Amino acid sequence: MIAALAFYMFAGLAIFAGLMVVVSRNPVHSVLFLILAFFNAAGLFVLLGAEFLAMILIIVYVGAVAVLFLFVVMMLDIDFSELRQGFQQYLPLGGLVGMIVLGELLLVLASGLGRPEMVRIPGSGAVRIAQDVENTAAMGQVLFTDYIYLFQAAGMILLVSMIGAIVLAHRTRPGVKKQIIADQVARTPAESIELIKVETGKGVKM
Amino acid sequence: MKIFRILKSFLLLEFAKAHWLTLKYFFKPKVTLNYPYEKGRLSPRFRGEHALRRYPNGEERCIACKLCEAICPAQAITIEAEERADGSRRTTRYDIDMTKCIYCGFCEEACPVDAIVEGPNFEYSTETREELMYDKEKLMANGDRWESEIAKRLADDAPYR
Amino acid sequence: MDNAVFQWLFAWLPELLQSLVWIVILIMAILLPLLLAVAFLVYFDRKIWAAMQLRRGPNVVGPFGLLQSFADGLKLLFKETLVPAGANKGIFFIAPVVTFSLALIAWAVIPWGEGIVLANLNVGILYIFAISSLGVYGILMAGWASNSRYAFLGALRSAAQMVSYEVSIGFVLVAVLVWVGSLNLSEVVLAQSGGVGSWFVFSHFPLFMIFLISAMAETNRPPFDLPEAEAELVAGYQVEYSSMAFGLFWLGEYTNILLMCAMTSILFFGGWQAPFAFLDFIPGPLWLMIKMAFFFFIFAWVKATVPRYRYDQLMRLGWKVFLPISLFAVVAYGGAALALGRV
Repeated sequence: MIAALAFYMFAGLAIFAGLMVVVSRNPVHSVLFLILAFFNAAGLFVLLGAEFLAMILIIVYVGAVAVLFLFVVMMLDIDFSELRQGFQQYLPLGGLVGMIVLGELLLVLASGLGRPEMVRIPGSGAVRIAQDVENTAAMGQVLFTDYIYLFQAAGMILLVSMIGAIVLAHRTRPGVKKQIIADQVARTPAESIELIKVETGKGVKM
Repeated sequence: MKIFRILKSFLLLEFAKAHWLTLKYFFKPKVTLNYPYEKGRLSPRFRGEHALRRYPNGEERCIACKLCEAICPAQAITIEAEERADGSRRTTRYDIDMTKCIYCGFCEEACPVDAIVEGPNFEYSTETREELMYDKEKLMANGDRWESEIAKRLADDAPYR
Repeated sequence: MDNAVFQWLFAWLPELLQSLVWIVILIMAILLPLLLAVAFLVYFDRKIWAAMQLRRGPNVVGPFGLLQSFADGLKLLFKETLVPAGANKGIFFIAPVVTFSLALIAWAVIPWGEGIVLANLNVGILYIFAISSLGVYGILMAGWASNSRYAFLGALRSAAQMVSYEVSIGFVLVAVLVWVGSLNLSEVVLAQSGGVGSWFVFSHFPLFMIFLISAMAETNRPPFDLPEAEAELVAGYQVEYSSMAFGLFWLGEYTNILLMCAMTSILFFGGWQAPFAFLDFIPGPLWLMIKMAFFFFIFAWVKATVPRYRYDQLMRLGWKVFLPISLFAVVAYGGAALALGRV
């Protein structure tokens, strides 16, 4: 009873938030609604018993990725009226793409791929995870055995993209003064201060 | 030598030292004066609220010489004088605008009879501006109220004058 | 729900409502003492801070000034709520509510004793981590909705700071949970049973230090209080807030600090467990509170001692010092756990 109510609440709010992402006039509102949509997706994961996925979704998407979205969108100086101009013009095309995606999803669901008992682990032909194992452990067991190569490949791709971003953004500019904190901390009075007795009328050679 | 420096920064030794210092201060006696209940010591030369004094026989000291009015750099003092019934020269009006006064103490230095003095009172804030326009009555009343205190201060300061 | 008093009071309700009422009562049992504790914590914070500067701190309202926070709260309640012109009204008022409620809901999974926990979540650590990573939204929304440059700059700083230090907190958590072999907070505490010697603070000392310092950065606590740096940003994201909207930020901030104290106690100081066997007669919740109070003292102590960081130094510390060390620690402690046969 409560689970069903919660499902309809999460699902309904997720759809509403998704709609508002597209419809709302202010891009910052859009991002905030996107975050609400992520939240409700996480709620749905919890209802499915996949609390690990739910938490990871919140930590990674809401806690990090969406913050950067919000960061960028807030800094932009956007003319809203200009942004709205093409709406009517692109509506048919966008609608068409949406309909195609929806149709594909329906096809997938109708063909039975969406049913949990149809899920098979490649190569083994059966779901091997026992029912009493926590889903965190279960994820790990599948991820680090059958999908280890894919997992590693995904990790490598992320690493390469990270290094690529750094290479693209990092420039070595000549003549830039930099603070080297270790050197500053290492300075002692003995090596940086010199007391000189100045005789009258003679001055000092530096 | 360098290894010591690295160790020093990684073990947060300087932070530890700083925290030890603040911990020592944590247990030290506090220096705060709990103001309305505790007050700091005032020097006998402290220049606070003005007062007009009397002689021990009750006669007012001020002879309306207007030296204070003349020397006042802020021109806060206004004096009018007339001959009293017994033939002595006295003030009929002695006003100090406390909002103009800069508490320099020149008036009490100028006074030949120690009539106008700046007393030890500094807690005389008012709710309206008008209350700070002191007249002779108010100044005399101040003198009567603070006389013992003022006399003590003058006596304390006398050896250094 | 099997409580006799509860049955006597609410037996007339239908089953479903009974369970709801029971949950609400449990939540209140945590939140009311928590908010009361926050009020006194603000007082103790000010007292400790004052004492280290040779001042006396608040001592006028109530005996020893104990009621100072309530006086402040009351004052805030009676103040006018101002909305700056050009502010985004909806988000402006949602922001403090988000901050405050996020600070409260994290307490659901804190174990107060063996079996004394509102929600014994299997992914308790991740839950806390997720909630604390959401804390940035309240600040970001407040900064943007205020339509003020100071507030916006404060919010941007805060967002960058919290995202940076979450990374090292995350790695510290990973290192600890690999060692324990569970994401459940009660299991983390139980893994440290057996007195003070088996607390993780000794075996995981570097991680403990990183966690403590990152916790200060994560809660915008001095020396990392750049988001509200009063010298240059006047009060950062809080600058346009007044009345109870400001009060909610204030409460949320201290509740978060207390949560971080609780997390440090649970992860590294054996949670509800007594340090020595002969002290077992003191109940578990009290032990956790004693440890939280100890860590709160450390938070206040650091605040009184260390000056505020410069922004680039803050980023350098997060990304160039803590991130490599904690990343290395994950590998090192993971390897050690494997070698010792803990996994």
